[in-house]
Amino acid sequence: MTLDYKGATQKYEPTLGLEVHVELNTNSKMFCSCATEFGASPNTQTCPVCLGLPGALPVVNGKAIESTILIGLALNCSIAPYSRFARKNYFYPDMPKNFQTSQYDEPICVDGYLDVEIETEDGPKTFRVDIERVHMEEDTGKSLHVGGATGRIHGAEYSLLDYNRAGIPLVEIVTRIIPGTGKYAPQVARAYVTQLRDILRALGVSDVKMEQGSLRCDANVSLAPIGSGLLGTRSETKNVNSLRSVERALTGEIERQANRLEAGMRIIQETRHFLEESGLTRPGRSKEQAEDYRYFPEPDLVPVTPDAKWIEELRAKLPENPADRRKRLQKEWNVPDSEMTSLINAELVDVVEETIKLGAEPTRARTWWLGEISRLANEKEVAPTSLITTTFVAEIIALISSGDLTDKLARQVVEGVVNGEGSPAEVIEKRGLKVVSDDSALMVAIAAAIAAQPDTAERIRGGNIPAAGALIGAVMKATGGQADAAKVRELLLRHLGQG
Amino acid sequence: MAAISRDDVAHLAKLARVEMTPDELDHMAVELEQILGAVKRVQEVATADIPPTSHPLSMSNIFRDDVVKPSLTNEEALSGAPAKAEDRFKVPQILGEE
Repeated sequence: MTLDYKGATQKYEPTLGLEVHVELNTNSKMFCSCATEFGASPNTQTCPVCLGLPGALPVVNGKAIESTILIGLALNCSIAPYSRFARKNYFYPDMPKNFQTSQYDEPICVDGYLDVEIETEDGPKTFRVDIERVHMEEDTGKSLHVGGATGRIHGAEYSLLDYNRAGIPLVEIVTRIIPGTGKYAPQVARAYVTQLRDILRALGVSDVKMEQGSLRCDANVSLAPIGSGLLGTRSETKNVNSLRSVERALTGEIERQANRLEAGMRIIQETRHFLEESGLTRPGRSKEQAEDYRYFPEPDLVPVTPDAKWIEELRAKLPENPADRRKRLQKEWNVPDSEMTSLINAELVDVVEETIKLGAEPTRARTWWLGEISRLANEKEVAPTSLITTTFVAEIIALISSGDLTDKLARQVVEGVVNGEGSPAEVIEKRGLKVVSDDSALMVAIAAAIAAQPDTAERIRGGNIPAAGALIGAVMKATGGQADAAKVRELLLRHLGQG
Repeated sequence: MAAISRDDVAHLAKLARVEMTPDELDHMAVELEQILGAVKRVQEVATADIPPTSHPLSMSNIFRDDVVKPSLTNEEALSGAPAKAEDRFKVPQILGEE
């Protein structure tokens, strides 16, 4: 009988370990001045240093060190007063030097933690994920396997290498083993990567785009019978390139391992590849053992010795923790969880906060960004924030609050601004969108409507209030929809002795 | 220090992608042993008050500004490549040997 996920976690206790690689968003590479732009044509961002040509000398990018220290501080790590680079030797054409410059026994940041909260059957629960180390290294080139069935490495006739990515600063964040998550292991992993992504984004050190590979997660998991106190053999799943995949890959891997153990087989320590379509994993290339990498201190680079003053300057720059900030804003704005989640998923928290800071009424700021502006952005397939500035949104909301614009007119103003017709004031001017609030102008239109439909007016005088709709409609039509309907109704009913 | 065995040499040769005959393995095991013995003399002077050194410069924190400089052109980058295709370096199939 095969175990499903529930059965698997009733019998076995998963232990997690997560390695996250983050490409930093520096302008230039880690050890040379080549550009780091994503999507450039192949081998146009390389030089003797990142191609590993003889005699080339690397020099460390100071900004990359600064970003790494910021990451370490945000993850509650200690910053090593002395750290060095090391050569990780291996033969694989993704590194033309035949070694990757990395850090080994002297990483720059150590011993941190990140608290992540997940929703459990018993309500929200916080898990502390201990961070073992944060170290600096460089990304590898991109291989394209040609021939064979599916472009996969097996069966390929040859491979083509693009070294544009080789040498882009990469930071590796390694957790200690994460025990005690039980059946929530996949959710804890997803929450950890999500929170890490949010922190990195708030720090502004990376694009954190999982689909472009600037944030990558390797998920390690092992199983042991519940209560045994043992630690099983782990597998490492790579190629996990979305937050949802982190959760799916672990769920699938826990099931797979449990069923192997049930069948009396052993777990092989190996690297596995996540298959996006099926949610399953398949074995990957066999890895050289750690001691086979023959690490030794990089003789071409001098040690990194950040002094306390520099570290404290960087610490002072740390933004508020995104998880704390969200809790604070949700409380300040007094919004339900579902709406806060929508704002987070749409990546609109920042702009809404900014719009409110510019004086907009909080409910309107949220509604406009999540509603009309997101709708237009969807139509155009761009980010809402690229359509209109927070200043303009705040101006439009101020005009709604003051009664100068109705929601309907405001939608037209937004549309005009988005279409490049100018600022809200210019759009209102050009399109003539001000609310007609001048009572005498409205009264002229009301009188005209009554004259056109005397029978309706008579019924209203007789107490048939719902009949007013027809006259209000006529007035709105006459004013081109620019009158405030509530105001028209009030004036009309008063005029007909019903106010 | 433990002697360098023939198996150690065979393992290192595999990692370094160097093909060696059985005779060469035997010979190299002896030679490496002698080399290690010579280098080992450093340990006689490496006492607790002498810090380990990875390079002769007593410098640290040598950084560059994060400024982009022109790269090689695609043609220049590939000019030394034994084989190329589609603007990329062409290499023999990667697995199979492992």
